[in-house]
Amino acid sequence: MNEIERHYRYQGDPLHEGEVPSDIRTEELTLNMGPQHPSTHGVLRVLLQTDGELVLKATPYVGYLHRCAEKMAEQVTYRQFTLYTDRLDYLAAMNNNLGFALAAEKLGAIEVPARAQYLRVIFAELNRIASHLVATGCYGLDMGAFTPFVYCFREREYVLDLFEAACGARLTYSYITIGGVREDLPEGWIGRCREFLDYLEPKITEYNNLLSYNHIFINRTARVGVCPPDLALAYGLTGPCLRGSGVPWDLRKAMPYCRYDEFDFEVPVGRGEQGTVGDSWDRYFVRLLEMIQSVRIIRQALDKLADGPVQAKVPRLVKLPAGEIYYEVENPRGQLGFHLVSEGGTSPYRLKIRGPSFCNLSILPAVARNCLLADIAALLGSLDIVMGEVDR
Amino acid sequence: MNSTEIIQLLQQQQGPALAAAVADGLHPHVVVPADRLMAVATVLRTDWRLRFDLLRCISAIDWPAKNTIELSYDLLATARGHSFAVKVLLDRANPRVESLRGIWPAAEWHEREAFDLMGVTFLHHPDLRRILLPEDWVGHPLRKDYQYPTEYQGLQLNP
Repeated sequence: MNEIERHYRYQGDPLHEGEVPSDIRTEELTLNMGPQHPSTHGVLRVLLQTDGELVLKATPYVGYLHRCAEKMAEQVTYRQFTLYTDRLDYLAAMNNNLGFALAAEKLGAIEVPARAQYLRVIFAELNRIASHLVATGCYGLDMGAFTPFVYCFREREYVLDLFEAACGARLTYSYITIGGVREDLPEGWIGRCREFLDYLEPKITEYNNLLSYNHIFINRTARVGVCPPDLALAYGLTGPCLRGSGVPWDLRKAMPYCRYDEFDFEVPVGRGEQGTVGDSWDRYFVRLLEMIQSVRIIRQALDKLADGPVQAKVPRLVKLPAGEIYYEVENPRGQLGFHLVSEGGTSPYRLKIRGPSFCNLSILPAVARNCLLADIAALLGSLDIVMGEVDR
Repeated sequence: MNSTEIIQLLQQQQGPALAAAVADGLHPHVVVPADRLMAVATVLRTDWRLRFDLLRCISAIDWPAKNTIELSYDLLATARGHSFAVKVLLDRANPRVESLRGIWPAAEWHEREAFDLMGVTFLHHPDLRRILLPEDWVGHPLRKDYQYPTEYQGLQLNP
């Protein structure tokens, strides 16, 4: 660190200073939450400065899972990097594959066949359901409700079975590749998928009865960790975290890709039903509502699915022309962006990845200030971060 | 607003501040000198026709041949539904630019990342330290001429 860098080190930021009334101040205690802690959802360390039960300051320390994805991208071919995208947000590998494939296709002006487009939508939405099921179940677990967790993972298992039947993998799919999808659906897959959708829909009501409208759960999450809409936008929150704050912004509606404009679906937003707009309960509930919308989209996409090729004619060694593109897709956790700079070779010159969890987590110091210690788990869980994507 | 209209508006307001503008293609953007970045960003954030309220990403790109480090700020206006990008070109030997944390708080972590992996110094950043790599790491790995370390805290590393 040189002289100038040292000069611009942290000097105290008015945003983070505590404003606890002086009569309830006690001795301050520094508390370490994580990196191994069940409610940090991976290897996240949060340094908490506490005064009794109040959190004066929360400082997240990330990077424990840093695997140099951006540096590796410069050394592997485009097709090889698809496998690395699986490992970013490992709960939504299909969506990551899709984002990278779309960025590369836009830069290389590659046309994707219609059947592949609909298959992409189906798999992306199925993965959204699987990812939201994990978020819902784990959030219940964070709040002390064990049963919903087991139920959610039971349903997720059906999605993983569908994925396994289509591409052989249960977590790291690499199914959506540049030019289309890797292979066509196996026999009877569409019927199984429809069966699952019919099975899942009534389960959402079951979760509502079991968890969403449970008094203990509401008391733990409503009016907790409130992100007002302007604050959420300022910190670059996207996905259910932004929509939980009442901002109706969804890339699938606003800047449609992959023929999302052909489908009829709604964008659920937080309405402060149990407390304030943008509280943890809103963020949690938006995910449940999104699952219903995903079911709607998949049904329509299955109807539109016509015979045809699933791969465009793309050479095995993809070469993209010189140029650059910044492309974003709507992941379960928010907008996943790829800034792809090509110099015309077989590997990217530079690939910058914008992980939605990275931005969603950056709001933590601003919201956790003056929160109760026990509410940190409620706030962190409702942000639904995946450290693989934060650290890349 | 489309990119051409955004560029026209910026040229009206910030005329000579724009070094270059690309209206079409896959990544429409303007290039501004580093000392004018704050002024242009303020217009982008506050002008009622632009209202870029969401900073999506700050990408740092190393160009050793041109001796520059390029920063690309990708912006989104959720109320207006348009997107745009601003670029600054910095001297590779001493890359430094004003922090935009005051305009978009989201910049705080993105700038820390650019500092960590590309070695860009952001002036008046409230908390400029490494974010992804350990604090005692040497060098900035995303530079094209980065030398892989052979040892870290007594561990032998094989490149």
